[in-house]
Amino acid sequence: MGTTDTTASGRSFGKGLGFRKSLMTLAASVMLATSAQAATPSTAEVNTTGLAVTDDTVTVGILHSITGTMAISEIGSVQAEKLAIKQINESGGVLGRQIDFVQEDGASDWPTFAEKSRKLLRQDNVAAIFGAWTSASRKAVLPVMEQYNGMLYYPTFYEGLEQSPNVVYTGQEATQQILASLNWAAETKGAKSFYLLGSDYIWPRTSNKIARKHIEDKLGLKVSGEEYYPLGHTQFNSVINKIKLKKPDVIFASVVGGSNVAFYKQMKAAGIDFTDEKPLLLTISVTEDEIRGIGGENVDGIYASMKYFQSLDNANNKEFVAAFKEAYGDDMVIGDVTQAAYLGPWLWKAAVEKAGSFDIDKIREEFAGIEFKKAPEGYVRIHENHHLWSKTRIGQAQTDGQYKVVYETEELMEPDPFPEGYQ
Amino acid sequence: MFDGYTSSELMSIFAMQGFAGLSLFSVFVLMALGLTIIFGQMGVINMAHGEFMILGAYTTYLTSGFFQSYLPGLFGGYFFVAMILAFLVCAALGALVEWLMIRHLYHRPLDTLLATWGLSLIMQQAYRSIFGAREVGVDLPEWMLGAFNVTDLVQLPINGLFVMIIALSIAVGLYLLMYRSGYGKKVRAVVQNRPMAEAVGINSAGIDRATFALGCGIAGVAGAAFTMIGSTGPSSGQAYIVDTFLVVVFGGAQSLVGTIVSAFGISQAQSTMEFFLSGSMAKVLTLLVVIGILMLRPEGLMALKVRR
Repeated sequence: MGTTDTTASGRSFGKGLGFRKSLMTLAASVMLATSAQAATPSTAEVNTTGLAVTDDTVTVGILHSITGTMAISEIGSVQAEKLAIKQINESGGVLGRQIDFVQEDGASDWPTFAEKSRKLLRQDNVAAIFGAWTSASRKAVLPVMEQYNGMLYYPTFYEGLEQSPNVVYTGQEATQQILASLNWAAETKGAKSFYLLGSDYIWPRTSNKIARKHIEDKLGLKVSGEEYYPLGHTQFNSVINKIKLKKPDVIFASVVGGSNVAFYKQMKAAGIDFTDEKPLLLTISVTEDEIRGIGGENVDGIYASMKYFQSLDNANNKEFVAAFKEAYGDDMVIGDVTQAAYLGPWLWKAAVEKAGSFDIDKIREEFAGIEFKKAPEGYVRIHENHHLWSKTRIGQAQTDGQYKVVYETEELMEPDPFPEGYQ
Repeated sequence: MFDGYTSSELMSIFAMQGFAGLSLFSVFVLMALGLTIIFGQMGVINMAHGEFMILGAYTTYLTSGFFQSYLPGLFGGYFFVAMILAFLVCAALGALVEWLMIRHLYHRPLDTLLATWGLSLIMQQAYRSIFGAREVGVDLPEWMLGAFNVTDLVQLPINGLFVMIIALSIAVGLYLLMYRSGYGKKVRAVVQNRPMAEAVGINSAGIDRATFALGCGIAGVAGAAFTMIGSTGPSSGQAYIVDTFLVVVFGGAQSLVGTIVSAFGISQAQSTMEFFLSGSMAKVLTLLVVIGILMLRPEGLMALKVRR
């Protein structure tokens, strides 16, 4: 392509370098006009719907909470998306164009998410939006994406029960996270009874509903208790007592946020040792990020079901972790959602290049089968339902706050956002 | 609802839940005492109480880090240092806040509400800027982690016992201070009749500042204690504040004894119901009972009898 590495970083990261930037743009366009014209399709050809695409740039949107209560979780996603964009630019961009981004703050407030996504689509004419974290923010953005035919790349593992032509889900839906892990607990750990515990909102409740169906109907095992606590709850003595009394083989936990700290500390104080085989604690909500707050010694031995762990032993991941730490500091930890956010820009690039166009409608035609071989989690492919084929992995937490992978599904699991028989 | 439990199990349940209720009780007492004396003395509702607790928690976090890096040999005892530091830091900030802000607003109770609420937002943002938005974990010394086994089922967590002892000591200390010391006599005189107290030569402004600082200091100790059981983040204080107000209002807002009785009632009710119903349901029922009793006794369980 006709641009150099310095132009790449100047464009997307060098805010306030107006003069230099325009000089470089000039230089780049001269080069483009002379040498690289054959390789780069003309703008009129690849952009028939008025998106923010020029002869050498394309603008995308990043929409996450960087203030408010969700900022804790979403900042990792922003970092991953920026890293991916930077790397794509350094490797030549998308259809010969460097990616520029506009970042907006959803401020942990769902109406703000909707408003900002409208701004990104209508005013900035972005070619894609990477963002949202909670299901609530996604649901708020959804009607806007559908109204103006935008495309959202959504990174969080979530409850499923949704499939929009205007969203690509790069995290795993509920069945991909839950079913394989329950099978694993039953088969390799000989679990017979399960205690379901979660925070009181839609994601844990839906997840536990699917888990209960699977445990009772498919595995023929027993659910010995199901319990929900309000968000932010910090007193788990009672449920710990119940767990001691019912002696379940598995505690299946989807407690979120700060409650986790209280929960694991109190479990440990109550003398429940997870390095023993029973009870076995299987969580779907504690990533490396959360462990930083909980403290590694309090989660020693618990199991988590995710598709990605920072400790995954493959070349892609080593490269990814090194790049991430180089960009943001050595003490960074990378959780499941951060990795899923990293996939967004890469999958978008692959789809755009396959379609040979930035037009949303043309890209959508090409989604099924789009792959990303360099994904840190291994290899991913987009299913025609806009979710990813991915593996389910079980990691066991170590005192240093990292997970050791103890199991992974052999095949990629098919995404199934509307699982039959689990509703 | 007792189905499926044997009678010996039921005995254990009540023992365990009783203990769980007691640790919840100590948590409530720790949270509410600071708020009660500030409100009782000065009529100021301190909306920043939760943030003072978190300041105590962050102080503990820093102390723990300091001991780990520089005095690893003494790590087992750092917690006592942390509690004292938490008290001092929060009391100092409390005195400063009283001097800068609260004392100008004594005759405008609704304005103190807004002002302390603003203060709580400022403190939250300050924590976010200084410590980051992520929650921090505080390491505990080994000896605090275990539990006493009473029977197979009944185990008493050591940190729970420890919180209980702290709560008890503070309650007893406060009682002695308020009812057996010269300072306490002056505080009670100011509460009962401010102009008259000033007329006999009591420095009511000084008493106010000392009391506000004391209330904030107790919040700091509470925060230090909570690092053993809960999380420390910029907005963690919010999680406690509603329960704290509930305890204070239910107890009769100016009464120390009332606060303790109300904390005991609410914690035991909630803990027992949590076992047989769900966690959310227990909370709803507790609130309903509290509302019902407050309708019958609007001034709370133990109102102070003062001639108006």
